[in-house]
Amino acid sequence: MRRFIRLSSLWLCAFSLFAPYEEGVAQGLGDHQYTSADIEAGSRLYAAECALCHAPTGDGVDGVNLRLGQFRQPLSDFALRQLITTGLAEARMPGFDFDPTELDAIVAFIRSGFDPEGTAVKVGEATRGRVLFEAEDGCASCHRVNGRGPRTAPDLSDIGSVRTPAALQRALLDPAAALLPINRPVRAVTRVGETISGRRLNEDTYTVQLIDSEGRLRSLLKADLVEFEVSRSPTMEPTTLSSDEVADVIGYLLSLRGLQ
Amino acid sequence: MNTVQRTMLLGLVVGGLVAPHQLLAQVSYEQILSAADEPDNWLTYNGTYASQRYSRLDQITASNVDDLELKWMLQNQAFGAWQSNPIVVDGIMYVTERPNDVMAVDAVTGRVFWMYRYTNAPNATVCCGANNRGVAVLDDKVFMGTLDAHLIALDAINGQPLWKVEVGDVNLAYSITMAPLVVKDKVIVGVGGGEFGIRGYIAAYDADTGEEAWRFYTIPGPGEPGHETWEGDDWEHGGAPVWITGSYDPELNLTYWGVGNPGPDWNADQRPGDNLYSDTVVALDADTGELKWHFQFTPNDGYDYDSVQVPVLVDMDWNGVPRNLMLWANRNGYFYVLDRVTGEFLLGEPFVKVNWSSGLDDTGRPMPTPQPEGSPTWPGNQGGTNWYPPSYSPRTGLFYFAAWEDYATIYRKEVSEYEPGRPYLGGGFRVLAPAPGAPTIGIGRSSPINNWTDEVGHGAVIAMDPLTGEPRWKFDQFDVSDSGMLTTASDLLFTGGREGYFYAIDARSGELLWKASLGGQIVMAPITFMVDGQQYVSVISGHTLVTFGLPD
Repeated sequence: MRRFIRLSSLWLCAFSLFAPYEEGVAQGLGDHQYTSADIEAGSRLYAAECALCHAPTGDGVDGVNLRLGQFRQPLSDFALRQLITTGLAEARMPGFDFDPTELDAIVAFIRSGFDPEGTAVKVGEATRGRVLFEAEDGCASCHRVNGRGPRTAPDLSDIGSVRTPAALQRALLDPAAALLPINRPVRAVTRVGETISGRRLNEDTYTVQLIDSEGRLRSLLKADLVEFEVSRSPTMEPTTLSSDEVADVIGYLLSLRGLQ
Repeated sequence: MNTVQRTMLLGLVVGGLVAPHQLLAQVSYEQILSAADEPDNWLTYNGTYASQRYSRLDQITASNVDDLELKWMLQNQAFGAWQSNPIVVDGIMYVTERPNDVMAVDAVTGRVFWMYRYTNAPNATVCCGANNRGVAVLDDKVFMGTLDAHLIALDAINGQPLWKVEVGDVNLAYSITMAPLVVKDKVIVGVGGGEFGIRGYIAAYDADTGEEAWRFYTIPGPGEPGHETWEGDDWEHGGAPVWITGSYDPELNLTYWGVGNPGPDWNADQRPGDNLYSDTVVALDADTGELKWHFQFTPNDGYDYDSVQVPVLVDMDWNGVPRNLMLWANRNGYFYVLDRVTGEFLLGEPFVKVNWSSGLDDTGRPMPTPQPEGSPTWPGNQGGTNWYPPSYSPRTGLFYFAAWEDYATIYRKEVSEYEPGRPYLGGGFRVLAPAPGAPTIGIGRSSPINNWTDEVGHGAVIAMDPLTGEPRWKFDQFDVSDSGMLTTASDLLFTGGREGYFYAIDARSGELLWKASLGGQIVMAPITFMVDGQQYVSVISGHTLVTFGLPD
């Protein structure tokens, strides 16, 4: 009963979030996330099996903070399951004989940030995610990573260190809800008839600065414009990738940590 | 899907047809090579590889300079002296602020496109403030040295960091405060830390990857020529930092660098010998870092006479023969002319009162006259001039720089023990007081009150005739000046000073043509550039970057 209530309140929350943009949402969250039941089961398993070394707060081992999703290197859910199963000899971590349901539960608990009411996003394989990211008409046709790709959309070189998996998932499934106000698309027509489209960088009463659709920095005087429009709709469409593919892309994005 | 997306497509189509004046922010090496021919831009720390800080722009003239009006201001977000020198590429200005933030600014409106904030290691150590003097650009990258001695490359369009390398060990108080110099495909920087017992060097890095290409130690190691100018292990902590951007002669393929003081600073007895290459100009092969020649201004320096002035490269007739020269007003109070092909000393004359030396011999070596303990030494610790970038105008044939006149220091020697990352100074100094026993005053300026008196020292712009070593004219200021110089093809000289006045001076006569009271000390050098047919002059005063131009 309790579990059911939690589940439904999560869904209510999700619907209210998406309601205005319903049209554009390609997929629900069901396929992309672990359930609250998984998270709760994981919580009990964690307390019994993991907390001794990793501490109830998840930061008992140097360089690892399980609650914040910080590992010595980014791990997909699959890699995490493998690691739990086989152990990590050099870190003196033993292997655990969990069944697949229990592994789901542990991973769900870690991905939820140790919060049974949290969102546990599935994280797939970074290498597969990169292939999807760089595919023709994929993310890389607008986004730049580590000095490669166009600059029309925000640079994602360090996105894994500034976004949670849940935020990344939201950006993929519902870009309109995730769009930062500063990144809103701008369209301007100058007195001499030039149409300039781009991504807003800065704006004041009299001027606006943007990166135009060809990746150039432009600063426009509003007095020189006959049309000026800032849109709340991102140029990015909700993804049509499958839930496993979305998980892989999230895995790749989480691996983008910027310059250390 | 929505109108915006459709417009994006339209924009792509139209974009191909429009705008000859696109803000591409792309700078090729060839452009930097011929930066003088492209005066709309200000492409290096000193404008061009020859570092003359002379612009061919001439829209602002003696007859209209009175009409200059404020176009925009940009306030910085950090306390302390703002020494940064902006670069301008196709209407985009790149400027740093303390400690290591970079901004891309619309040069017409002063509005910011992006800002990159670098987090230094908490133990980053510098002697004299969290200064950064600017960036270098190449292709679509911007390069900056950091206080914790790293070199970082940023995307010039979106400000994202691309690579970062460690240049020096922050734990040993290595730092970078200078703007890098880009030559061909390399980014060249030197390290600061001369007050902390470093062993200085200049190093070059691949602009694409950050991989180190070469390194030249400014103190030769065992077995290298010049090592004999040090005793024992003094060389290991002998300082010789490099904290001002060098110059480059593409025909000779030589880069020129001014090297700083030996350490410990004020106790020369503790490090017997000439202490090469401290207080020296070194000529290094741009591709390999190999030393081609050197000229030492102040052997066994005990006065902190860093030779970190900008090497100004000038081609002119010398005794009727065309020569490739280097002009240099040194912190030690002498003005020098050198042959930049060979390093040969051609001329050396004092430009302020000097008593640490009785003159220079035929090779340019000073004849030392150390003063008794407790007696003043002229020029004082900050020198007759310092790192403030000078200018040379090929039109007037004059060399312009900021001088500190009648300024002396009483030095005190002590034996210092080297401790890693700690100050290594060899004593101390105080500025000569206006009367014996009177309270002394500091060297910096931390309030709007000028507590100096004329007896303690004052500033002057000197217009030096390089052929004679005699000033053609002087422009006196009551307070001293840490401002650099800018000259233009309309024979204007722009400069400032600690008093916060921004001056336009007749470069031929020294007559004051125009001034603006900007209210904060000017501790950088003005620049000029042009966008859409309008010439601008930018200068930083206090916490404000100010840009002037003629009325539209």
